[in-house]
Amino acid sequence: MPTQHLTGGRIRDRRLELGLRQAAVAAAVGISPSYLNLIEHNRRRIGGKLLADIARLLEVDATLLTQGADRHLLERMRGAAAAFETDAEIARAEDIAARFPGWSALIVAQARRIAALDTHMAALTDRITHDPQLANALHEVISTVTSIRSSASILVTQEELDADWQRRFHENIHKDSLRLAASSEALVAYLETPEADVDIVQSPVEQLESALARTGYHVAALEAGNADVAQVARDLGLKGPATVLFASFAKQYMADARVLPLATFTEACRALDYNPAQLAGEFGADFAAVLRRLASLPADTSLPAMGLAIADVSGTLTFLKPVPGFNYSRRNGACPLWPIFGALSRPTQPVRAEVSLPDAARTRFLCYAIAQPQGAQQFDVTPVLNSTMLVVADPPESKANAIAVGGSCRICPRPDCTSRREPALIGISGARGL
Amino acid sequence: MGKRVLLIEDEPNILEAISFILSRDGWTVHTHEDGETAMKKVIGFPPDMIILDVMLPGRSGFDILRDLRENQITKDIPVMMLTARGQEKDRELAMRLGANHFMTKPFSNADVRDHVRSLIDA
Repeated sequence: MPTQHLTGGRIRDRRLELGLRQAAVAAAVGISPSYLNLIEHNRRRIGGKLLADIARLLEVDATLLTQGADRHLLERMRGAAAAFETDAEIARAEDIAARFPGWSALIVAQARRIAALDTHMAALTDRITHDPQLANALHEVISTVTSIRSSASILVTQEELDADWQRRFHENIHKDSLRLAASSEALVAYLETPEADVDIVQSPVEQLESALARTGYHVAALEAGNADVAQVARDLGLKGPATVLFASFAKQYMADARVLPLATFTEACRALDYNPAQLAGEFGADFAAVLRRLASLPADTSLPAMGLAIADVSGTLTFLKPVPGFNYSRRNGACPLWPIFGALSRPTQPVRAEVSLPDAARTRFLCYAIAQPQGAQQFDVTPVLNSTMLVVADPPESKANAIAVGGSCRICPRPDCTSRREPALIGISGARGL
Repeated sequence: MGKRVLLIEDEPNILEAISFILSRDGWTVHTHEDGETAMKKVIGFPPDMIILDVMLPGRSGFDILRDLRENQITKDIPVMMLTARGQEKDRELAMRLGANHFMTKPFSNADVRDHVRSLIDA
């Protein structure tokens, strides 16, 4: 998806990024500063030799200035950079993505693969550390090996060992070898059990989100509100802990579908211009249910692109439906300025806010959020809040002041952000157009 | 009679092998296989040194070590811990609780003998 930013804007962004004055660039390519100003504000077309000269001066490929980079790919490249301590030229990411989209996609794929292997390794480490059955099996094997080693060593190194001792240690070695064979077999059998079949690619949450992504986050089988959840989970290819997560998701989905039936809800969405507050009033429905329902509408080109995030009060994202520009990496931590977190300080009060990203296009989103207590309320028990946020891409032009948000701090170029948790990567801080 | 070593370990063949090695080296070796009654054994028979396995039936070697260091009779007895788990946090825990040495299985007989010599002579 090419950026919607125009050629002139990209030239201006790149010039400012390099700290070059307009007059200097104009002089270098043989045009007047006022003409360059018109180009930068997209009021004059540019192409041919002049474009090539400016691109050369700005040290970028001309196609980057005319076409920009795939925004989705660019976001993922920055996410890949944020996951590592890197000296990569992050300020040039857009240039790389535009010139070498294939290699860029490979970087992204490798970063995802590394993240998946990290998750797998953490799961295995956790298992070795905390699984008592595995710990006992390993202890048995190591103890037996120790015994064999000590007994064998005595037979080999001790001089003048009488026949009784020799026979005794030979018997011990024989018994221990039988024990080692049995414990080794038991260990192998245990590691090959289905429970040990850890998904090498994704965590259970990621498996669920991948399965939902394949459906476009609209699960037709759940719409009637009385589906066989276990069968739907199997149909989606889920297994193990992911099916437990899906059962919880499906219960909520079906409850929402019963209150907000697809046909009437879709019709009302169009009539009320997808306004969640009006939809909640129209159906007498819970505000968060409306947000979830909007994010699960079937794919339709007339629909605005809508993402959804759900976080608990610790700030942990428990559900994420991404849209381009809004795609958090759970590993790097989210920007705390997104309304999903602000809503947690105003429980039960719906929040409507526009946000803008620090990218070249200053991409804007319209966000609706609400934080609500989870589960039944009880005396003397502090309720646990859950915050739900709908993210609507490409909202209509607005004069409202947008909240300046970012991705994670490591790839956010906003130098004056008071909410920053850690410095940005080299090449991000102070850079423009990121 | 040589100095007394108490070996607390629940694997009978390891007990036998280490007992044999240390006896040949001149030590008087006593053995015990149960974690729960280990403290009683130590107090009734204060040895010059203890070799203590971590994973014992009834009570862990770490718990026994903690009690040893809190008891006036046993607090100064050198203790060498044995474990099948070589994790750094286990080593740190053992040393923090007052172990004099930490040995990971599978070990060599020579290592056991050398460390017993150095701990008793220290």
